[in-house]
Amino acid sequence: MTRTAPAPDSGVAIVRRPNRVRLGWLVAVLALLVALSLLSLAIGSRDVTLADIVAGLGGSVDTLGEASVVKRVPRTVLAVIVGAALGLAGAVMQGVTRNPLADPGILGVNAGASLAVVIGIAWFGLASATGYIWTAIVGAAVAAVFVYSVGSLGRGGATPLKLALAGAATSAALASFITAVALPRGDISGIIRSWQIGGVGGASFDSIRQVAPFIVVGFAVCLLSARSLNSLALGDDIAAGLGERVAVVRAIAALGAVLLCGAATAVAGPIAFVGLVVPHFCRLLVGVDQRWLLPFSAVAGACLLVVADVLGRIVARPSEIDVGIITALIGAPVFIAIVRRQKVRAL
Amino acid sequence: MIRVRARSAAAAASITPVAAGSTLIDAEPRSPVRTADLVAGARSRRQGRRRVVIAILSALIVVVFAVSLMVGQTFYSPAEVVGVILGQDVAGATFTVGRLRLPRAVLAIVAGLSFGLAGVTFQTMLRNPLASPDIIGISAGASAAAAFAIVTLSLGGAAVSLFAIVSGLGVALIVYGLAYKGGAAGTRLILIGIGIAAMLESIINYILSGAGQWDLQEALRWLTGSLNGTTWAQVVPALVALAILGPLLLGRSRDLSALQLGDDTASALGVRVERTRFLVMVAAVGLIAFATAASGPIAFVAFLSGPIAARILGANGSPLIPSALVGALLVLVADLAGQYAFGTRFPVGVVTGVLGAPYLIFLIVRTNRAGGSL
Repeated sequence: MTRTAPAPDSGVAIVRRPNRVRLGWLVAVLALLVALSLLSLAIGSRDVTLADIVAGLGGSVDTLGEASVVKRVPRTVLAVIVGAALGLAGAVMQGVTRNPLADPGILGVNAGASLAVVIGIAWFGLASATGYIWTAIVGAAVAAVFVYSVGSLGRGGATPLKLALAGAATSAALASFITAVALPRGDISGIIRSWQIGGVGGASFDSIRQVAPFIVVGFAVCLLSARSLNSLALGDDIAAGLGERVAVVRAIAALGAVLLCGAATAVAGPIAFVGLVVPHFCRLLVGVDQRWLLPFSAVAGACLLVVADVLGRIVARPSEIDVGIITALIGAPVFIAIVRRQKVRAL
Repeated sequence: MIRVRARSAAAAASITPVAAGSTLIDAEPRSPVRTADLVAGARSRRQGRRRVVIAILSALIVVVFAVSLMVGQTFYSPAEVVGVILGQDVAGATFTVGRLRLPRAVLAIVAGLSFGLAGVTFQTMLRNPLASPDIIGISAGASAAAAFAIVTLSLGGAAVSLFAIVSGLGVALIVYGLAYKGGAAGTRLILIGIGIAAMLESIINYILSGAGQWDLQEALRWLTGSLNGTTWAQVVPALVALAILGPLLLGRSRDLSALQLGDDTASALGVRVERTRFLVMVAAVGLIAFATAASGPIAFVAFLSGPIAARILGANGSPLIPSALVGALLVLVADLAGQYAFGTRFPVGVVTGVLGAPYLIFLIVRTNRAGGSL
């Protein structure tokens, strides 16, 4: 790794890479994603043959093997979509807050989406997938604004420590409220609990179709703000000097990230740490240029979630471990490694 | 030296409602002997205030404890309750009060004292009000181990406590070890703790999701803490742990106050910093682990007790005992409210969680705005 001087604010190593190398990595990661997706179709509590996979992808459900492949298609698609959304959202949040620890899970955005959905289910009889998505996005946005404003009060602005503490505190607070709302309603606690544990296991093409528009808009907004995020990385003053309207850029990019998080949380329940781990890993491969980093984070996020889903199916055969639990087990050590690498002053 | 002391005493006195600040300032330029007298006077007044606070808190605990024994589906008179406690056979009350309400109320006090004491210890030691065991993952560690022992291994009693304490200590050591990099920095320790806590919570979720026959109410014990269905078998280990570890921690309160001035100053004052920190941490984690094994990690009690006690007490001496008392009072009141104040019976952890959340955020806002120690 050619690590040079750390960037002034983010404390992340700057890595310069020629475009040829970046392109090579992009092809490699895409190939990895395809391979993992096929693996996700092949692995599960029932063993299937290659012929089953080919036939199942063609839509045939004649044998049990083919039928299980057909059942695994939507969850694989959903894992790819949700993983890409969370990876991209994490990269954008790290860019917007210039904070290496930003992640929808750490910053309490997922918890905000969860509380909004739980309140919707308990008090307003929310039942439709579209309803879940809108409520989740509103909840995510409110939580994001709240955590960011609490974390950026006082001297030094939004330092990683203040943001992480504000996020952890808000998550803890929201978790209590979720329990308080859900507990008196024994009739719906089953729905809430299964949604909260969530994961991609219960995916259907119907729910994917519902969430797709939100994800597409979120992707577009995030990817289009890549150039502005590059300027933002130089610091607010320099970005303004380069002609960026800093506040507007920040708000738009954050909106894109919130759309992605909210939509992903609505279909798959709260999943933490994907948005934290993926951008850090990608920065090692392609450097800090957001125009490369953002698409890369999306693809790598998809890979991570598919891997987590497959692992969850292998580890606890014949039952499954929820993908959110696996990502937390993978992600928390990475979080700790990042914290350890930073200088105390930078925190 | 004496002059400096006097000035800080004057400052303390003018903050607290204890009058006489003006006379202190008037007296300052006079002879040193007189100043020393004044310092002694201010100190004894502060001691007095601390005693008053402790007395009032204790009285409140006794009152709420008595109320929680009397009130319920059936009301029992004080005479009947006292009779049961003295071991007499009172029709009806012997079962309801003796078997149901008494262990519950006693555990409320024991767990509250343990969480309050351990919480303020961590906050003092790490010099950060947010560094309480429930935020840096120690409660989550004890809770995950207890849930694992009970749900997955079907253990009970002492074995669960053993699991909880080993895992709580293990998590504390891991967090401390990972944060240690030529001395353990407070900020790094807190952030690493948050990461570990997130991981442990996902493990708790997994354990609970595997236990289909467990209903949400039971599961909540390991997520937010609950006193429902408390038996003496749960209370006794926590009580014993408190009786042993509590005095040990209180005996270290002077070293702890010195640590609050910073590691360098503390070692200049003759405190063996790393050793004290290790001992105190083991004792505090022990308290947390035993209490968690009995009641689950009652949300935010460890976090809230210290700041509330500091508010009441002002800068008047060691906050350890007042914080423990505040913790006990919090748990007792929250449990009483959770049982009877709402239409549904909420476990105590949900009540303390909902009460504590706004305070937590208020605290972060205030600390950030003051540009304080964060």
